[in-house]
Amino acid sequence: MSQINKGSSYSNYQNQGIQAEFKHHHARKILFLSSVSVGILLLVGIAASLGSYDLTLTEVYTTILGGIFPGLGLPESVASVIIWEIRLPRIAMAIVCGASLGVAGAILQGVLRNPLAEPFTLGISSAAAMGASLAIIGGIKFFGSYSVVLNAFISAFIATLVIYSIAKSKGMTPEAIILAGIAIMFLLDAVTSFTQYLGTAEQVQAVVFWMMGSVSVASWETVLIVFIIAILSIPYLIYKASDLTIMGAGDETAHSLGINVEGVRMRTLIFAALLTASVTAFCGIIGFVGLVSPHITRMIIGGDNRYVIPGSALVGGILLLGADTVARTILAPMILPVGIMTALVGVPFFMFLFMRKRKEIW
Amino acid sequence: MVNVDLKDVCFSYPSADILQDVNFSIGPGEITGLIGPNGSGKSTLIKCMDTILKPRGSILLNGKDILMMDRVDLAKNVGLVPQNGSSAMDSTVFETVLMGRRPHSAWRISEEDINKVADALERLGIGDMAMRDFSSLSGGQKQMVLLARAICQEPEVLLLDEPTSALDIRHQLEVLEIVNHLVKEKNMSAIIAMHDLNLGARYTDSMVMLREGKIFSAGKPIDLYTPDMIKEVYGVTAVVITVLGKPHVVPISPVIYGHFKQKSAQTMGIEEIPA
Repeated sequence: MSQINKGSSYSNYQNQGIQAEFKHHHARKILFLSSVSVGILLLVGIAASLGSYDLTLTEVYTTILGGIFPGLGLPESVASVIIWEIRLPRIAMAIVCGASLGVAGAILQGVLRNPLAEPFTLGISSAAAMGASLAIIGGIKFFGSYSVVLNAFISAFIATLVIYSIAKSKGMTPEAIILAGIAIMFLLDAVTSFTQYLGTAEQVQAVVFWMMGSVSVASWETVLIVFIIAILSIPYLIYKASDLTIMGAGDETAHSLGINVEGVRMRTLIFAALLTASVTAFCGIIGFVGLVSPHITRMIIGGDNRYVIPGSALVGGILLLGADTVARTILAPMILPVGIMTALVGVPFFMFLFMRKRKEIW
Repeated sequence: MVNVDLKDVCFSYPSADILQDVNFSIGPGEITGLIGPNGSGKSTLIKCMDTILKPRGSILLNGKDILMMDRVDLAKNVGLVPQNGSSAMDSTVFETVLMGRRPHSAWRISEEDINKVADALERLGIGDMAMRDFSSLSGGQKQMVLLARAICQEPEVLLLDEPTSALDIRHQLEVLEIVNHLVKEKNMSAIIAMHDLNLGARYTDSMVMLREGKIFSAGKPIDLYTPDMIKEVYGVTAVVITVLGKPHVVPISPVIYGHFKQKSAQTMGIEEIPA
């Protein structure tokens, strides 16, 4: 091919033009990821400054730096306790959970080639809700204070394996997986409703509150658990990102380009389920983040999953942290369920981007 | 340079046999057309040759059975241009073509990959749409992009599954001209499943005519195309003339039964449709 271009200065010029344009687009993606990262750092400061005990941004960042680098010799203060013991665990939980849900959504949408796919679509969230309901109403105490969490986690994971087994027997097409997921979702929702029907008013209230989703359970211990699962899953998923992008062009194309389609689909689905299950187990059902984060990312930087996956993590983190910050401050001292806020904050932003993108196409 | 040999290739679904005892060979620098009526097994054979479907028998690439080959090795040797192919959500033309580098490159995109993609786009005259969304392209443009992707794959065997079926006449000629030049220049082998007998005669070196999953006949188009063959395989009355040294099929009428037969004759202004 290059032989043909020899001696043609116009061709070389055009070739270089195409390369320059691609590199320019690549730089834009990096700029987006960097900007969102900086945005998270700024939002961490703002979120940590807001609350019943107001702090300035300078106090917040000085206290955080003092905690990270004790060698700086910054003095211990009330702010230090408020930030490190109360606000930062909640902020960290929101970021890690938002990132996990964003990545899970990006994976599910990519693997299932369905822009509406998210943890809800596959029944993973419903399974976690059923597990939590059984633990709360059935009084399951095998795992002590972690009974609800572990029951939700195990249920979500078992549901994923069941969906996978059903889909595998039908050929593992994206359509088969979605149909199996929807069937499982209805079944599990029925079980959850049944357990609620049997429960007392207090138990039902506890289940409903759990299902609304909240990061208020955050402690450094719980953050660490969710973080470990995220740090084990997300790098692998980024490693498989280019395969996922190609699978978006269809199974036959992916196979033709040397990808083990079923293997990649199975492993990435399991990791997406792990991420969702860990978040849902601790924080209940937080909708919308998993659906919208990948869309926002793709609208801005396109469909290359090598960037969409980290981008969805960052957007998910910023979205959930923003929503939680608004949820706990807008009607303070009342704290709203974060699930409500993710929709209230996320939908207008999503619609804004969507309309902008449509205009470009029209 | 590569030789492709198909030996006793069979493929069945539980409900039906799709391909039975398909045998033929293709040499380097050759284009072979697969023709036959709908449901004759053309696309199935293309999928078997890319191991998307797993046939019985053997398909040899320079004596090596592709069914035993590693998936990535096979992708380095065999490229597929699918029928009405799609791309990933929100992918640009450049990213779609870049997918063709997957068998050759690791996670990180190299300068060589970028150069090869730019080369392929420029070569097919679609460089100006490199950063456009693939989904916003017309059918003809999409087919060119998928062809560029296959070029980037640098295969020795190119499989094309009805690449011109959704294209206007200009794009049909463009796609097949490019394939023809590529095959001759790089000494590749190409197998094209197609419906258009006349385009097939113009752009292929040999033809394999399939009917009900079996080879009905094979050879050069000039030897293959006869009114009897057209009638027997397609149920169409036709005459075969020679245009620019190539056989050209002019269909007269299909075999129509019932009262439509008389209506068709009236439409054509003749008393009776010839048997």
